[in-house]
Amino acid sequence: MAVSHEDVRHIAALARLGLEPDRVTLLVGELNGILAHMGALAAVDTSTVETDAPSATGSTMRSDDALPIPLARAREDIAPEMRDGFFLVPRLSTHEDGADGHGADEP
Amino acid sequence: MTRDLLSLPAATLRDRVAAGDASALGVVDRVFERIRATGAGAAGGDRSATHGLNIVLWHDREWSRAEGQAIDDRVIGGEALGALAGVPVMLKDNIATLQLPTTCGSRILEGYVSPYEATAVRRLREAGAVIVGKTNMDEFAMGSSTEHSAYGPTRNPVAPDRVPGGSSGGSAAAVAAGLVPIALGSETGGSVRQPASFCGVTGIKPTYGRVSRYGLVAFASSLDHIGVFGRSVDDAAMGLQAIAGRDVRDATSADVDVPDYRAAFKVSMRGVVIGRPREYFPDSLDERMRDVCDGAIDALRSLGAEVRDVSLPHTNLAIPAYYIIAPAEASSNLARFDGVRYGLRLTGDGLRGMYEATRSRGFGAEVTRRILLGTYVLSAGYYDAYYRKAMQVRTLIARDFRQVFATGVHALVTPTAPTPAFPIGAVSDPYEMYMSDIFTVTANLVGVPAMSVPVGFIDGLPVGAQVISPHFDEFGMLSVAYAIERALGVGARK
Repeated sequence: MAVSHEDVRHIAALARLGLEPDRVTLLVGELNGILAHMGALAAVDTSTVETDAPSATGSTMRSDDALPIPLARAREDIAPEMRDGFFLVPRLSTHEDGADGHGADEP
Repeated sequence: MTRDLLSLPAATLRDRVAAGDASALGVVDRVFERIRATGAGAAGGDRSATHGLNIVLWHDREWSRAEGQAIDDRVIGGEALGALAGVPVMLKDNIATLQLPTTCGSRILEGYVSPYEATAVRRLREAGAVIVGKTNMDEFAMGSSTEHSAYGPTRNPVAPDRVPGGSSGGSAAAVAAGLVPIALGSETGGSVRQPASFCGVTGIKPTYGRVSRYGLVAFASSLDHIGVFGRSVDDAAMGLQAIAGRDVRDATSADVDVPDYRAAFKVSMRGVVIGRPREYFPDSLDERMRDVCDGAIDALRSLGAEVRDVSLPHTNLAIPAYYIIAPAEASSNLARFDGVRYGLRLTGDGLRGMYEATRSRGFGAEVTRRILLGTYVLSAGYYDAYYRKAMQVRTLIARDFRQVFATGVHALVTPTAPTPAFPIGAVSDPYEMYMSDIFTVTANLVGVPAMSVPVGFIDGLPVGAQVISPHFDEFGMLSVAYAIERALGVGARK
């Protein structure tokens, strides 16, 4: 299964990565070079094999209970701006707050 | 002549600090003198020292001095001291710290300071360790050479024209350069063991679940581990002792008792069964590497161990399976770096343009490649052929290990890496670079503990042997590694 230029543009869009055209060509070659080695897997009969990752790693999971996050600083000190207990962020649809900068340090 | 404090084993250094024969503050000052002397880093994020070894990305001398002074105050006050009191430790830059940035070697997290601390770091500090810096790494731990850092490559202290291995190359180099006796790294496919081999130090990847991943920036969550470097097996064991154990903040942390690891050094090799897996000694392996590793196995035999040839038949599928599973998980984990919540934000045409501009400028070439690969193998039409297939092969590889250990084999001994450290810039093909991990990725896929211990040199470059044990038998693994270290006398301080 060879990757085409269109495939790379499609997965780049899915991954929210902007790629210049010459970069797309480079990546087509690199990804096909890597995927060629993955063909070894296709020859393995796995028809009766489960994907039992948890037992494969020998680990067990705890219940997914929420725990307080031990922040070293209050939320107000982490967020660039807060109002009524909510984080204020730039209006992403218009970028009215504009210029290059840094996002909030959210845990 | 008084021995340099930084050349002392961690246990000796701790005892001297506890007895008042050395000050923790003095140790911190000595570390920073050595950083300056070796060109290992630069103060306050100044990157001007990249012509040097470029080991340390971030440090705060005054904060570390205050931490050292606090230990000295406890000594003067007669207070109880932890097992690592006054021992300087460095951390890979993907482990969250409150006082220093956590950038994962990436532009996209430049300047990011975590509002919480990794459990492993908290436990080190509770044991009295003094954090003296964050070390360079391949961006988001994706690489085998520490050449893929946004902050420039790290050089191998043993041979500065060569890579230190990766992705935890900065931490391995910090120990090899004598900056610290203990450093933390992280492992997703061999990123502690391979650089340990390249730099001539000891590196431990514990069992999955043995050390909390809370505060380790996620790359591939089912494969990620925090690991430990030490200048000797003893130093590494002391580091592991401090950070091992159940943590409710990590959903995959295991509730398994942590034994006294240093007691493993008293275990006799008589009656211990060592497996020599034939797939890790292929015909294509450099004869010198084969001879050096067989020398370690022969040493164990001479100490009374029984050596058996064993087979792990799906080993040749480990690299293809790993390089599907790890990028797949990475493509999901790294989706959070979108310009909204962390670090770098670049403007673009609308919301989508902001995402794309931020991520394409913020991520380097290798991270971009792996995100695309991971997105591809998870995308509609390819999931079953790639991701599901790789997960089934992972099960087969795990079955290989279970079957070998079920026959009474206590530990496996293999080469850690197929080669010694290669020259900087020598490997440009991505898949050729991935093959550096050929002997290490299996332990991450299966979750068993594994470590590298120095066993010799090839062309003057250090190489390590890998010891692999059943789940949660770090004790047995350390007993074998210590026996090798004592028998061969390579890498260990006397």
